[in-house]
Amino acid sequence: MSIKINQDKCIGCRKCIEACPGNLIKLDNKKAFIKRERDCWGCTSCLKECKAQAIEFFLGADVGGRGTILTFKEEGPIKHWIFSKGEKEIRTIDINSLESNKY
Amino acid sequence: MGKNITVEELNTDVLIIGGGTAGCYGAYILGLNGKYKVLIAEKANIKRSGCLAAGVNAINAYITKGRVPQDYVDYCKNDAKGIVREDLLLSISEGLNEATKTLEDNGLVILKDENGDYVTRGNRNIKINGENIKPILAKMAKDSKNVSIINHINITDLLVKENRVLGAVGFDVNDEKAYVIKAKAVLMATGGASGLYRPNNTGFSRHKMWYPPFNTGAGYAMGINAGAEMTTLEMRFIALRCKDTIAPTGTIAQGVRAKQMNGVGQIYETKYGVATCERVYGTTVENMEGRGPCYLKTDEISNEQQEDLYKAYLNMAPSQTLKWIEGGQGPAEQNVEIEGTEPYIVGGHTASGYWIDDDRATTVKGLYAAGDVAGGAPQKYVTGALVEGKIAAEGILKLLDDDNGADFDSSYEAIINNYNKHLNNSDSDISIEQVEEAMQKIMDEYAGGISKHYQFNDTGLVIARKLILGLFEVFEKLRANDADELLQIYELRDRLIVCLSLIEHLLARKETRWHSFAENMTHENEDENYRLYINSIKEVDGIRIIKRPLVVDEYEPLKFTFNEDNSISYAGGVVL
Repeated sequence: MSIKINQDKCIGCRKCIEACPGNLIKLDNKKAFIKRERDCWGCTSCLKECKAQAIEFFLGADVGGRGTILTFKEEGPIKHWIFSKGEKEIRTIDINSLESNKY
Repeated sequence: MGKNITVEELNTDVLIIGGGTAGCYGAYILGLNGKYKVLIAEKANIKRSGCLAAGVNAINAYITKGRVPQDYVDYCKNDAKGIVREDLLLSISEGLNEATKTLEDNGLVILKDENGDYVTRGNRNIKINGENIKPILAKMAKDSKNVSIINHINITDLLVKENRVLGAVGFDVNDEKAYVIKAKAVLMATGGASGLYRPNNTGFSRHKMWYPPFNTGAGYAMGINAGAEMTTLEMRFIALRCKDTIAPTGTIAQGVRAKQMNGVGQIYETKYGVATCERVYGTTVENMEGRGPCYLKTDEISNEQQEDLYKAYLNMAPSQTLKWIEGGQGPAEQNVEIEGTEPYIVGGHTASGYWIDDDRATTVKGLYAAGDVAGGAPQKYVTGALVEGKIAAEGILKLLDDDNGADFDSSYEAIINNYNKHLNNSDSDISIEQVEEAMQKIMDEYAGGISKHYQFNDTGLVIARKLILGLFEVFEKLRANDADELLQIYELRDRLIVCLSLIEHLLARKETRWHSFAENMTHENEDENYRLYINSIKEVDGIRIIKRPLVVDEYEPLKFTFNEDNSISYAGGVVL
């Protein structure tokens, strides 16, 4: 369970660095990177901060990860959770933040 | 000449250590009054730090229609087999609904029916969209009058002179810079302790755990070192979670009414009792006796329910939805495997933490505690932590009306010297990570971790004590190459200190009242003589255990009193 920050997409805005509850993200050469990827809790706070959609969330192989990644995009009250494998999008789940959970 | 960390001094009326659930709400309440200068010192950033980082699925502590606060107290008391503080629980229960309303007024989405009433989930829960609950709370704190926030500083030690708190000392987690903070009152709200025991996932995903891996028991450790009394640390918390992702099970169990089923198809849901500890125990025994793996039976739910579960998990534990999508099979096609986590110390779920009075004052004058770090009141969850933040804030306001603190002294210098020592230690073969792994292995094997099915005995505990004590010597020699490593060193120190006190508590309760949470195989049965609190105080020559009578049934809310020299005069009765 961890994240990878796409260095091509990162705009070096530091928002993920500010938000990470584990102080795990640092800046190098104006790009953010996760310093200790094994120490990520998997809270996705950084994904929600990133306006450049540069952060990919994945499961470690030890907990069932097989290469699918999760990215996040916000448009108004709608949160898009995008699941992809390779370059291919598998599915997107949209959540309206003004609506409550059913469970 | 080695490295010398720079030092900045700060002054405030109230220092809040930890800007999580209780800390942010405490700041908000102090801001409503607005008279005193408040400073929140936060290790990460209050926007997403603490338990609520990813979101929360429901408000789990709420007095629903037709129920009264005492019902909630009774539920908690039964679940903890009687070892609770009824005074604390009642004061929490009475404030749950008001705190919920305040959150709603500040933007929390709560599900309502056609009459505008909250939709309940069972007797004590209401349904929400809790993905953004922490940013909401953080904004409330940030916008409060006279409240300032310093993010990214790790407070390591309280400054206490003759039992009166003077402030605290910490350092910037990104920079070799220390802070000495003078305060008239301190609210401890750091959260509980994870990472004491070897976790479920030991490899790459070692931090994929129930409780935040960044909550390392700093608040307990600081209090223990300052001589504050602690209670009921032996009531460990073990969560029943979805396997691998360690995501919540309550959403499935309560949301779609999925039953617990073992590997041979039997429903074992109520076979071992329904208390929180018994649900963990049942799953543990089924596995021990070869009937694992255990599941939540979800293969009867509809596709629509499955879609709603995907969304509910994205709002609090996205890894579980990712796991379902990754595996190509959701809960409608495949039952959800469950397992118990490693044990944690966390006062929001069990009764572990600071021994406090009805105002949330600790036994150190001027030091208050709220949320997961405060003891006596299990099942406080999010709303209970809010209420406790409020009560503590009100207690601090009362204190500051006629107590301006004590004169500052130079005791902070020894703490700064310790930072410098680690920054200047020479490299050694033993790394921070190795000591962490050693601690977790010792606790796992001798103090009732996952590999021992949570069971332990007096012989093993004595071994654990000796081995953990031995790690302190190695710890002293650890080198920090930068502030980030200094943070790791102090997170490790905090856990070692908590482990030592925990072991003494486990040894002191010579019975098994709670299966799995504290299952002592030297004393396998419940013992009426242990209907009391096990408390502890660290003294120069070791940890002293104090047994105190229960504050339950017919009781007076506990009020601590202090002597003129600030020493504690009354902190509850004593059982000899």
